[in-house]
Amino acid sequence: MRARRLLAVMVKELRQLRRDRVTLAMIVGIPVMQLVLFGYAINLNLRGLEAGIADQAGTSGSRAVVMDLIATGVIAPVKTVNTPQELMESLRRGEISVGVVVPPDFERRRIEGREAVQVLVDGSDTVVQSAAIQLAQMPITRDRELANVTGLREVKPAQISVVSFYNPERRSEVNIVPGLIGVILTMTMVLFTGVAIVRERERGNMELLIATPVSVAELMIGKVLPYVAIGLVQTTVILLLGTLLFDVPTRGSFLDVYVAASLLIVANLTLGLLISTKAQSQFQAMQMTFFVFLPSILLSGFMFPFAGMPKPVQWLAELLPLTQFVRLIRGIMLRGAGLPELWPHVAALVAFTAVMMTVAITRFRKRLD
Amino acid sequence: MGPAEADRAVGGIAIRARGLTKRFQSLVAVDHVDLTVPQAAVYGFLGPNGSGKSTTIRMLCGLLTPTAGEIEVLGLRIPQEAEELRRRIGYMTQRFSLFEDLTVRENLEFLAAAQDIPTSGTRQRVDELLLQYRFADRQGQLAGTLSGGQKQRLALAGAVIHRPELLFLDEPTSAVDPESRRDFWEKLFELADAGVTILVSSHLMDEAERCHRLAILDRGTLVADGTPAELAGSLEGRTIAVATAQPRAAQRILVDLPGVLSVAQVGNALRVLAARDGDVAARLRSSLAAAGLQAVVTSVAPNLEDVFVDATRARARDRAA
Repeated sequence: MRARRLLAVMVKELRQLRRDRVTLAMIVGIPVMQLVLFGYAINLNLRGLEAGIADQAGTSGSRAVVMDLIATGVIAPVKTVNTPQELMESLRRGEISVGVVVPPDFERRRIEGREAVQVLVDGSDTVVQSAAIQLAQMPITRDRELANVTGLREVKPAQISVVSFYNPERRSEVNIVPGLIGVILTMTMVLFTGVAIVRERERGNMELLIATPVSVAELMIGKVLPYVAIGLVQTTVILLLGTLLFDVPTRGSFLDVYVAASLLIVANLTLGLLISTKAQSQFQAMQMTFFVFLPSILLSGFMFPFAGMPKPVQWLAELLPLTQFVRLIRGIMLRGAGLPELWPHVAALVAFTAVMMTVAITRFRKRLD
Repeated sequence: MGPAEADRAVGGIAIRARGLTKRFQSLVAVDHVDLTVPQAAVYGFLGPNGSGKSTTIRMLCGLLTPTAGEIEVLGLRIPQEAEELRRRIGYMTQRFSLFEDLTVRENLEFLAAAQDIPTSGTRQRVDELLLQYRFADRQGQLAGTLSGGQKQRLALAGAVIHRPELLFLDEPTSAVDPESRRDFWEKLFELADAGVTILVSSHLMDEAERCHRLAILDRGTLVADGTPAELAGSLEGRTIAVATAQPRAAQRILVDLPGVLSVAQVGNALRVLAARDGDVAARLRSSLAAAGLQAVVTSVAPNLEDVFVDATRARARDRAA
């Protein structure tokens, strides 16, 4: 390994990159686009579900309950009707996703401790359904007030209270932005190096390169290193925008965030190199990156909770760099943990990189056959 | 006599290959080729597309592993010592293989570093090449925007940046206009005079005639080997020009005659290559007369195209038999 040749490969790579407008646009464009998309559009805590209200009791108590429900912000009334049948009709037509029914005997049911309010849900959307379930868990009246009326202590079934740590406002952006650093780095880094070697093969540069004394390791590492810097630029963009737009906290140290990002970057870059040694064309390399990208985004715990997956899927997910990174970055940014406390994930990323780089270098021959 | 000629006279050997064979699955791309390339000579590799020229060159530089055979280049055993060889050879690929999105200067700077030219000497060497290869006013231009001839010149400059002892050029001028080609060959002779051995492949006859020595490849087999004069001389008396007012009609008669290997129309005349079989011209004359065609039949000096046709036809006949 010679520093001069390694440097030459890096400088060449950067110069080519500087003239590649599409890739340059991707470096900043993808983080910004994804952050805005995920931050604003994919909001797992639903607010403003269109609701219809059928208050058949019409007492001051029933009106107070309906106002309480609306005050949560989860539902927004768009329709007031008289019967549950009308609500069901609206539900079927898709005019509302939630219907609230207060039966005529609301006051008596309340005193007897029976179900006093019914929430009708459009169950075709599971996210809506779970939002409505949360809604149904809301206390429908204040205990003390009711106790005064009835003279009883315990009138209603036990309330389930949900206490959320680290994200008490239950804002999904806070959960999504740290993981998004990983998703964006996985998408762009694997792609950049995935096409890097294939491109030179396609353009005929490879035959020139392998006829020079430049070694395989110099070529591979020289191609990877410039992208580490680019990955860190992307990380910075996401962190900045995450803070500015969504007020995402970074409770741990920034150094830890960047170290964790660097670990994921090199892991993904070496994976890209491996793809590059296998793919026959740039198009094939892109196709192969999808085989990495899809499982990463679905299984890493970024989108769906890891705990809910079947065991074999969990084992598979453990092999993905993004899974390790999502745990690292959420630990650092949201829980304020330090890297030493999270060492198993650091070790996993380092091991992944070492294996991929070795396989990529051994797979690559300075030969045409 | 300069030092280069002295070397050539002494007869140092740059490349020696014995029984060189390359198979790609069922296809035999190169079939038992024996080669000896003397030092400081321009050695030509002539053959049609697909005759195994590129494959042979790639095996000689250690980029492809031969299926069988032995190679010794500059005293190194290939492919075992290929890494050592890379420092001493320059290789110009058939397709332009410099980076189109780097400038002329950036390409040369990269190659200088790749070829282990020390940082301190790089600037001087690159400037020198920019001047020699007439890129001084284009050093900031992207390589991809150069013309075909300029690209070839730049590729050659890149291939010699580390002053290699041996240059492999794979069809360097096949897509270049005649003027650029002549210019390119001037550079090759300058290099040969400076003691560089050059192995250049081509399918162009006029290029082949410029070489000091020549090997003709056909379907992976070496069919002829010698100086252009030797090769052409061996066909003396077998090439005949037929001038006639009805060349197409005459051609139809002549191709069917026994001993006629090929009849090619050149303008209004026909060029006939015949097997060595008595007075060929006389037989052609009588056949044409018998068919009632007016024609002037004269013996002409053979050229490399005749050599090439002869070598490839002879094999085709052998295979048919």
